[in-house]
Amino acid sequence: MADDLNHGIIKFNIPPPRQTSARGGENDLIDLSPHLVPAPGRSRRNGWLLRAAAPAAILLAWQLASSFGFVAAEVLPSPADIVAAFAELIRLGDLQAALPVSLGRAVAGLAIGGTTGLALGLFAGLWRIGEGLFDAPLQMLRTIPFIALVPLFITWFGIDELAKLMVIIAATIFPMYLNTYAGVRGVDPKLIEAASIFGLSHRQTAWHVILPTALPSILVGLRYASGAALLALVVAEQINARSGIGYILNNANMNQRSDIIIAGILVYAALGIAIDLLMRLLEHLALPWRPKLALA
Amino acid sequence: MLSHDHAVELHGVSRVFAGRAVLDGFALTIRPAEFVAILGASGTGKTTLLRLLSGLDRADGGTVRVPRRRSVVFQEPRLVPAKRVWQNVVLGRRGTPARARAEAALTEVGLAAHVNAWPKTLSGGEAQRVALARALVQEPDLLLLDEPFAALDALTRIRMHELVGQLWQRYRPAVVLVTHDVDEAILLADRVLVLSGGRISLDVPVDFPQPRIRSGRDFSDLRMRLLSELGVAVH
Ligand SMILES: Nc1ncnc2c1ncn2[C@@H]1O[C@H](COP(=O)(O)OP(=O)(O)O)[C@@H](O)[C@H]1O
Ligand SMILES: [Mg+2]
Repeated sequence: MADDLNHGIIKFNIPPPRQTSARGGENDLIDLSPHLVPAPGRSRRNGWLLRAAAPAAILLAWQLASSFGFVAAEVLPSPADIVAAFAELIRLGDLQAALPVSLGRAVAGLAIGGTTGLALGLFAGLWRIGEGLFDAPLQMLRTIPFIALVPLFITWFGIDELAKLMVIIAATIFPMYLNTYAGVRGVDPKLIEAASIFGLSHRQTAWHVILPTALPSILVGLRYASGAALLALVVAEQINARSGIGYILNNANMNQRSDIIIAGILVYAALGIAIDLLMRLLEHLALPWRPKLALA
Repeated sequence: MLSHDHAVELHGVSRVFAGRAVLDGFALTIRPAEFVAILGASGTGKTTLLRLLSGLDRADGGTVRVPRRRSVVFQEPRLVPAKRVWQNVVLGRRGTPARARAEAALTEVGLAAHVNAWPKTLSGGEAQRVALARALVQEPDLLLLDEPFAALDALTRIRMHELVGQLWQRYRPAVVLVTHDVDEAILLADRVLVLSGGRISLDVPVDFPQPRIRSGRDFSDLRMRLLSELGVAVH
């Protein structure tokens, strides 16, 4: 390396200095004194305001359009109607009954599928036998969109809970497998060499060097798998829904209640946001060593 | 077993890559506590030799005898980013005794304040000192240094020279230092080897006393000799 530096002479074409304009040119000093740079607190608050502005404007326009009768309530109910639909769902206890059922399905599917994907990914990443056995078949299977499996799963597993669970499992195995495998394989071989010099056994190297270094990638896998679990939940709950949020949606559909349908969709959306926040928190706690990068 | 008067014995060692012998009939013996510096143009097989000595690579022929306890400091620090500095120093070991050992070693390399830091927050020189501490806690009989200072700035390099010199005085391992830097070799070593064509082309003792001064007469004579052996024109 060091000698390469001496050999390679790179020429830069330096542009001529620009003409300075009346308002101050490129060569003027800019002031970065602390009192002029916005404090983090204030910029964070402004950031929130900025992000809230567009949704708030849309909500307002939507409500006004509904109130003045520009859109029919059957097509698109007003925000106030949707809030009322939520109130109804909570008053009747439907939402309280549905949420744990749906969450339970997603969490159970994610737990089984995610653990399987993690185990396969570690096995294929750490052992050559594992790679030989699993990698090619899994890489092939992963190209099948899991939604295409639904009819097959119904014929195999019926239309009850098992089929729903299997759809979610099928959706979560692959993101977990791929990212775990890539994470383990991505560990710098130089680190593994160093570990062997310092007398670590294979098991110690896996535990102290490979796994911690692969953890960011494994958590990315978990994040993708969680998103996939939610998507699979929505699909799975279309199969003969007799409980859960899918059941609320199905009933609302039959009763032509678009306000409740939208409320149900918003519950799925809220679950998505909750999962994302949870994963971020997990990454924050599990990876304290990663430098935090953020572009303004 | 190794005879008592040698820390390293290599005889007739060859290492072939893609039909080309990088080391060929290579012989080298190093005494315990001897500090040997190895110079050589890029690609002459210095790293290959060090990998054979460390046990990371095997020779294609000949005998390679080295002590059981060996440590390496590589050109890059090679720290596990997910482990705190002290955990890197005693990698794979846990508990209070391990931590105490790590702290002692880090204090010796002047990093007592960074015991709990994450590797990515260290400067290049600090990370390399952690790598040195990690090599020292092994209490090696043979310490292998593969251009460990090449990536450091000149000031940090001078401090590292002092540090390595002190640590060698205190623990007395046999040291093999691979370097591009002729001055570095003369400053630190008892003996300087020049590698070329798969063999040692020059083997000179550095017998003038420490501390060695770059502007000294002996120093500049030896520097001339080594540079011309390395094929660098000296004016
Ligand atoms: N694993 C390898 N496979 C093939 N060629 C190698 C390998 N390691 C080293 N070489 C070759 O051996 C020669 C010596 O390399 P090296 O020992 O790294 O040189 P240096 O003296 O710069 O440390 C180089 O020509 C290099 O390309
Ligand atoms: Mg090298």
